[in-house]
Amino acid sequence: MTATESLPPAAQVAQAQRRESISWNLRLVVFACNWCSYAGADTAGVSRIQYEPYFRIIRVMCSGRIQPDFVLRAFEKGADGVLMSGCHFGDCHYVFGNRRAVEQFEKIKRVLRLLGIEEQRLRLEWISAAEGARFARIINEFTDQIRRLGPSLLAGKRNPYAGSPHSG
Amino acid sequence: MQDLLTAVRESRAWACYDCGKCTAACPIARIGGSLSPRRHVLKANSGQQKEILQNGTLFSCLTCRMCDQRCPATVAYTDLIQKLRALAFRGGVEPECPHGGALQSLMRMMAKGETHQDRLRWLSPDLKSDPEKGEVFYWTGCNVYYDAFFSDFPVATLKGTKAAVGLMNKLGVVPVVSADERCCGHDLLWNGDRKHFELLAQHNVKLLEASGAQTLVTSCAECLRTWKIDYEPFFSSKPPRMLHISEFLAEHLQELKNLLETRSRRREEADSPSTPDGNIDLFTSTAAPSPQVRTGSALESKTPTSVTFQDPCRLGRHLGIYDPPRQVLSVLPGIKLAEMRNRAGAALCCAGGTWSNCDRFAKQIQVERLREARATGASVLVTACPKCQIHFRCAMKDPRLRGETEIEMKDVSEVVAEAIAQAFEKQVRESCE
Repeated sequence: MTATESLPPAAQVAQAQRRESISWNLRLVVFACNWCSYAGADTAGVSRIQYEPYFRIIRVMCSGRIQPDFVLRAFEKGADGVLMSGCHFGDCHYVFGNRRAVEQFEKIKRVLRLLGIEEQRLRLEWISAAEGARFARIINEFTDQIRRLGPSLLAGKRNPYAGSPHSG
Repeated sequence: MQDLLTAVRESRAWACYDCGKCTAACPIARIGGSLSPRRHVLKANSGQQKEILQNGTLFSCLTCRMCDQRCPATVAYTDLIQKLRALAFRGGVEPECPHGGALQSLMRMMAKGETHQDRLRWLSPDLKSDPEKGEVFYWTGCNVYYDAFFSDFPVATLKGTKAAVGLMNKLGVVPVVSADERCCGHDLLWNGDRKHFELLAQHNVKLLEASGAQTLVTSCAECLRTWKIDYEPFFSSKPPRMLHISEFLAEHLQELKNLLETRSRRREEADSPSTPDGNIDLFTSTAAPSPQVRTGSALESKTPTSVTFQDPCRLGRHLGIYDPPRQVLSVLPGIKLAEMRNRAGAALCCAGGTWSNCDRFAKQIQVERLREARATGASVLVTACPKCQIHFRCAMKDPRLRGETEIEMKDVSEVVAEAIAQAFEKQVRESCE
């Protein structure tokens, strides 16, 4: 199944046209918790693992802090994908913060579905401080997934970096 | 300066004679908030733009229109606030939006309008509707988003929406229910974001005009206000009639009565087969059910359910619609309307209308209103606006006050639809006996 199959036909056509006509600079937003995922990203860097660089990382104190408005604002401003990340279950620094994150994730997903934004643009992952390689792998996977999906329909008319590695 | 001048001129702020009735009437000022409508008006009149716009109280007004209604000089303070907020927003002042502005983000995404919304999943196959063209347009509003966003409350505003479409079908109307509908932009307008409001208004007006509808019906008081008043300049031709669902039902009151009563009448008809069919109409117009029906179900029928009605500020004070919902509730068998202490024009508003002012004062107003509702002894609080439902349900969540504030909430259409369903059940039961 292709990633856009869940969309109505008209949207699929629009999406396909956009993908062909626009050269775009992929932009991901990653919310990472202070105690695990952000440290995981750090581990990836310290271990000199090479991975896709098209994301902006935003550190939050806990994945439970990632409110719907964070994610919705990111999409509103034209993010192509959003990754929420936190500690594994049982490892949360605040005991149940990541359980809260799951609730928020489900809620955001429901709203995105209504808005017509593909669900695959939002992802929730648990990454511990030691899992630098896992962080890199998830970023690579997610970047690929978004590249297949094409630019977010809300990304608007931005095209500041024509000729970027992702054009065409 | 010019803009402030226009705002003062258009809202009649210049007519103010400094009596202070507005501040005395203001529900926020009454419970200790620092908002003073009078001060805003006087400052606007003396051209102190900077002071008003940067004073934090500009966004604490509930825009409930209590002050406008009491003002002896007919100053439209609420209109002034709307214009001042647009000025403030242009200058970079934004309200502190509850939920972190998530709902405003949703509205702005809809205003950009690049995506294909999936907003008609609630439209079950038993509800008849047309996706594009028709005489009557049913405007659903953002209930589908609210139900998804506030699913943990639990908020069920879509029940009212479904009931409304079902009732329209029962009254022989197949409304247009469009998937291309976008938020009406009410909240963005009242937060001062005119740019996105206008985008939404243009899209929605075009959608309505393309449908060829002569009437627009909605269950949301805020949408109705926006359509009737704020969308007026966007129409290229004469705007269609716009009705709240309660007005629509009140217009079809006789048919509604027939729906509720002919069904329980039939038994009587069966008991006395000599009655010619042509006479039924004579009977059905009487309000009281027949003695036979009454005795037939005396053991089963409960005492009438007592309900109370919350006047949404947009429906009541903004548009002057007080009676239609009451008329509709009064014809329902088994429903008794118990009015709250502050009703109609004096009704307290749900204090969260524009997603811009959720603070302790709003909470206090909500709790006070819920206490009033409980004091009537009613078991159901009926509203005519989904926002009222959301905000009161939120206030009920306070665990310390739960015993004092909890009350069931329903939309007007839900109550009517249930009454019709009950009448139908009763008829089936009687025919089986």
